[in-house]
Amino acid sequence: MNTGRRRFLTGAVGVVGGIGGAFAAVPFIASWTPSERAYAIGAPVEVDVSKIEPGRMIVEKWQGKPVYIVNRTEAALKTLPELDAKLRDPKSLEDQQPDYAQNEYRSRKKDLLVVVGVCTHLGCAPQYRPEVAPVDLGPAWKGGFFCPCHGSRFDLAGRVFQGVPAPLNLLIPPYKYLSDNRIVIGDDKGSA
Amino acid sequence: MSAQNQAGALQAMMNWIDDRFPLTKMWKEHLAEYYAPKNFNVWYYFGSLAILVLVLQLGTGIWLAMFYKPDAQEAFASVEYIMREVPLGWLIRYMHSTGASLFFIVIYLHMFRALLYGSYKGKRELLWLFGIVIYLALMAEAFFGYLLPWGQMSYWGAQVITSLFGAIPFGIGDTLQLVIRGDFVVSDATLNRFYSLHIVGVPLVLLGLVGAHILALHEVGSNNPDGIEIKQNKNAQGIPVDGIPFHPYYTVKDIMGAAAFLFIFALIVFYMPQVGGLFLEHDNFVPANVLKTPEHIKPVWYFTPYYAILRAIPHKLTGVIVFAWSVMILAFLPWIDTHPVKSIRYRSVLYKALVMTFALTFVVLGWLGMSPAEPELSELGLRLGELYFAFFFMLWVYSKDRSGSFYIGAFVFVFITLGFIDAIRYDESKGMLMLVSAVLPAIYFVYFLLAPVVSSLNQDRPVPERVTS
Repeated sequence: MNTGRRRFLTGAVGVVGGIGGAFAAVPFIASWTPSERAYAIGAPVEVDVSKIEPGRMIVEKWQGKPVYIVNRTEAALKTLPELDAKLRDPKSLEDQQPDYAQNEYRSRKKDLLVVVGVCTHLGCAPQYRPEVAPVDLGPAWKGGFFCPCHGSRFDLAGRVFQGVPAPLNLLIPPYKYLSDNRIVIGDDKGSA
Repeated sequence: MSAQNQAGALQAMMNWIDDRFPLTKMWKEHLAEYYAPKNFNVWYYFGSLAILVLVLQLGTGIWLAMFYKPDAQEAFASVEYIMREVPLGWLIRYMHSTGASLFFIVIYLHMFRALLYGSYKGKRELLWLFGIVIYLALMAEAFFGYLLPWGQMSYWGAQVITSLFGAIPFGIGDTLQLVIRGDFVVSDATLNRFYSLHIVGVPLVLLGLVGAHILALHEVGSNNPDGIEIKQNKNAQGIPVDGIPFHPYYTVKDIMGAAAFLFIFALIVFYMPQVGGLFLEHDNFVPANVLKTPEHIKPVWYFTPYYAILRAIPHKLTGVIVFAWSVMILAFLPWIDTHPVKSIRYRSVLYKALVMTFALTFVVLGWLGMSPAEPELSELGLRLGELYFAFFFMLWVYSKDRSGSFYIGAFVFVFITLGFIDAIRYDESKGMLMLVSAVLPAIYFVYFLLAPVVSSLNQDRPVPERVTS
């Protein structure tokens, strides 16, 4: 018996069989990736924003996720720069927004915030807490978003505070104004 | 036919089978001639009870699958249909939901028994590892099953746990998360695959693992409350003198345990199936709403100790890594605790205190994981998380006789490590809280690392030759 040849043949069969096995795994894994139908649901959503009172928020569904639209008051906007020192990414350097929202207010127009309501920690929907210094959130709270799951905090521009589990600012989706009163979420082509 | 002829016919049939299938051989090997130590106590019920619950879950599960619809549009309503319209459907469902929680109670007690009596020692490493994989499979099974009623807690729990995978860096996490969900959020696609895994995939794996667990146990032999190997003391026939045949002695004893267990089981099923929101959470009676997370989200009680650790860490990736290790570290127990004395009965006073502190830590963490995410509780969770891992460090420290300078060195090491952790997570708004809570690990380590230096509290007791009582 030629043991060297036998070992080589065993090895060769193992390698070829292993490659075959890896290819056989492809359909099983591929079927787990999102289907065409899941991609199709991501169509843009049109919203009338004229009815949102100052300080109020509405929730729209886009790509199966909540999108928060907040009409921020002048007083609330004034608090944003004061918070910079307490935030992880006050200047929005991380890629969590389109270029046109990389500014102080993280929005196209400064009063209207359009933000994906999915916590960047573990995907819960943060609560909108516009009140100043409520009992449960402490005296330093200037209004913002609070995630009930793990206590992450965001300001009224969706910027994340330091010392909370969420690593990134809330995601700003692509959006554009069709007119002063109408926006479309999920599409920003051909807009200024 | 006379009685003698009848017995002869039965014997002939057994012979016919034995020539074709090792029935008598297996019966003897695993029951009639499997010699188990004669000194099993109440802790030794939980292995057989785990098998009983497994069978209960399989039975009720097969029946629930006859009425349930794994469709995001219909799932919640089909569970209500089972509860209200299927004749005695509520009973089958409550048996299944109660069985799930009791499964974990039984498994936790079974694992704690192993810890008390060192049942992972003496060629039982593989037995322990099979057990750990069973535990992991069981966690997966419970998690998949929990999505199926498609209530608020089902939905958001699945959203949070699948998001854990998203924390893995280099783009792997995002892809993995997408592949697990089959969509950008938890959706109908996720529900369908979880259903398949819950009713077919994981149960098959579980059954195979349970078989391997029992085979490994019967190969090495059962441990006992004294932690003495009965196989080291055999009579002329090669039978351990301190062993008794599993059948009929322990089969009868286990039936007694099963009766007591089923009594408690029935009490819960008939009188308090929700157990005040512990076994069935209140928020899960509200259909899943993609746009709104429940005010106070928490996993079911059996995951909360780990969840409390995850939640206490103010950094996503670190949190997920520590969370994963808090479960995985259990697998390494046989290599961490290599002390030759198995049973807690013959270990030192300090060791006993150590194990009891660990049990208490685990229970309090479980309570914290159910409580809201307030800063004080979160800080307590972090300190208890430190004590959770400290237990494994201390097990290693106590695994052999150490010199006084070793203990002092270990103390300095712990002091620097915990100080370092506090320095990186320092936040001025929590400064005072961190200082106050540091009392917990301080007392813990002063007691467990410095007491052995100045006293004989860490003195083990002599192990007897034969099992007691």
